[in-house]
Amino acid sequence: MSQAPAFDRRAAAAAADAKLGEALRFTTGRLQAGRAAALAELPDADALRDHARRVRAHTLRHLGRYLDQFAVQVEALGGTVHWATTAADAVAVVVEIATRRAARLVVKSKSMLSEEIELNHALEQAGIRVVETDLGEFIVQLARDRPSHIITPIVHWTREDVAVLFRQRLGAAEQDVADIPAMTAFARRLLRREFLAADIGVSGVNFGVASTGSIVTVTNEGNGRLTTTTPPLHVALMGIERIVPTVDDLEVMLRLLARSATGQKLSVYTNIVTGPRRDGEVDGPRELHVVLVDNGRSTLLAGELAEILYCIRCGACLNICPVYQRVGGHTYDSVYPGPLGSVLTPGLHGLAAAPDLPQASTLCGACRDVCPVRIDIPRMLVALRTSSVQQGLGPGWIRLGVKAHAWLASRPRAYRAALRAVGVASAPLARQGWMARLPWPLSGWTAHRDFPAPARRPFSALWAERRRAR
Amino acid sequence: MSRITRVQLFVTCLVDAFAPRTGLAVVDLLERLGLEVECPDGLTCCGQPQLNGGFAMEAAALARRTVDLLTVDDAPVIVPSGSCTDMIVHQYPRLLADDARYAERARQLASRCYELSQFLVDVLGLEVVDARGTGHVAYHASCHGLRGLGVRRQPEQLLDGVDGLTRVPLSEADVCCGFGGLFAVKMPGVSGAMLQRKLDAIEASGADTIVVTDLSCGLHIAGGLRRRGSRVRVVHLADVLGAEP
Repeated sequence: MSQAPAFDRRAAAAAADAKLGEALRFTTGRLQAGRAAALAELPDADALRDHARRVRAHTLRHLGRYLDQFAVQVEALGGTVHWATTAADAVAVVVEIATRRAARLVVKSKSMLSEEIELNHALEQAGIRVVETDLGEFIVQLARDRPSHIITPIVHWTREDVAVLFRQRLGAAEQDVADIPAMTAFARRLLRREFLAADIGVSGVNFGVASTGSIVTVTNEGNGRLTTTTPPLHVALMGIERIVPTVDDLEVMLRLLARSATGQKLSVYTNIVTGPRRDGEVDGPRELHVVLVDNGRSTLLAGELAEILYCIRCGACLNICPVYQRVGGHTYDSVYPGPLGSVLTPGLHGLAAAPDLPQASTLCGACRDVCPVRIDIPRMLVALRTSSVQQGLGPGWIRLGVKAHAWLASRPRAYRAALRAVGVASAPLARQGWMARLPWPLSGWTAHRDFPAPARRPFSALWAERRRAR
Repeated sequence: MSRITRVQLFVTCLVDAFAPRTGLAVVDLLERLGLEVECPDGLTCCGQPQLNGGFAMEAAALARRTVDLLTVDDAPVIVPSGSCTDMIVHQYPRLLADDARYAERARQLASRCYELSQFLVDVLGLEVVDARGTGHVAYHASCHGLRGLGVRRQPEQLLDGVDGLTRVPLSEADVCCGFGGLFAVKMPGVSGAMLQRKLDAIEASGADTIVVTDLSCGLHIAGGLRRRGSRVRVVHLADVLGAEP
């Protein structure tokens, strides 16, 4: 009988997939090394990170004020601001804009928020074709797959997988899939047509600058710039926590974001959009709509998980995480995988929606060490575990075992007696001090390693003896 | 700081139950350094499994009794575990912050509680400890000692000073072995996969002995090596340093 939680069953399957393991090891290793080298180039990376953390903390403490300022600026520039409390509200706003315009084709640049609110599905239901234009997201959409990383969505794919997909689904010729540049050029030709035909471009927002009303997107492929400038209408989806107060604060975040994400000083494109097309300008969208999405964030902000909203979505915590590295993003079954997602997803949607995620960590602390804004993810995972216990979630044997252990550990005599009893009971099972098979629930341990038999006499007994001898 | 002549030793529940000789090695080592060692009666578990499992109330109860037992005497507290030291130094003050009777004592205890190698190098100022060994060793840097307390340089330096030992590098020495307390039984699939990667790195290092400063990771790794039929041994730093020259 399998007692393992769903996360662990998926994890075991993912860990057994050698190709996935190789892909994850290669990409997370490359990103980690890039991050370390890029941060080392800064004169004082630690001070910059401390500063960035203070900026995030300050901004979120005064979020209402900065959001209002941002909205006023966007509207002063001729844009329209929409406030969406829930995912459904956000989707409804976008669908309404699209249907009012009789839009038939929407091009999208990469947006995790659009995944969070499941925008594509809703647009397609309304009869609108949606094309993902980030190469990774394009592949995900084509394969009806899901992203497995927040910045490199197809970390789980190999180039050979993509070649097969392009040939089967897009009729690519041999020379179109000969190597990565050829495949990229092939996708680029297809996407260029879509950009030119699109009625609406939908983008995410990395940062919204309160003082100027600018929206900033950070990309590496140029698709973001085409999405936000080519179609006549631009819809920017923005989580309410993505605000920075000023352009100076933006600079701090930009110095850390690409370095932490990919090891670049800056991403290839840092796109700063300040309002729609102005009178006399020859290009750019005529309409700009900014959808400010809450979807659980203001509730988070009021509680002990508020710090997760400091996140600038670099993905460094995924790359460093020894759990993520072994099991990949899909194992989390969450839009946001990895350590970030293990706090954010139950934080936004409740523990019942993701009961395993806070448990899917050894609390090793590597995520906290690499976070550009020093988010204490392990602390929040423990807080979620505490809520989980309070809500009576999780297996009963753990509750019973942990409480029994605590009871014994508060009573030294009973504790010693129990220790002796365990020693006696386990002696027949042990060979050379180790046990190869134990009954459930310790069978989880012995599935992968031997379990040590307790010593015949504990330290406390040896110490008492030594003290008496003196 | 006035000269330290006495210390209190909290061997931890795992050393108590599974590796009493490691506990004695710590005592021998500290006594050889001229220190008077006391092990307060009644110490059991620091409560970390409770805290990390989400049982804050039970964790706080264990924290209180451990604070009680370790504040009768104001001698420094030595713990041969980075993880349990981190619990006392960083988690106790947080856990007991709102407890008027304990908050101040928890902070006071935290200020004089040290992981063993941290105590030897950072507090006593030792560069080497007189000890003798043989073979090739590699150090696995346990998470809470490493990231919570900054313990890595200290044990590596002490190992480098042991006559007859050669320390070899271990790739990904600072990556978690997958133990994580209850995690190892709650999430055996993930934990096992993490352990396999650690064992691969260990076997590739050429070391015949892995040295740890946390018995928890040590037992996890040793159990994995044993299951593989590996000849690599796992020992606690105290086992190495306790061996008289």
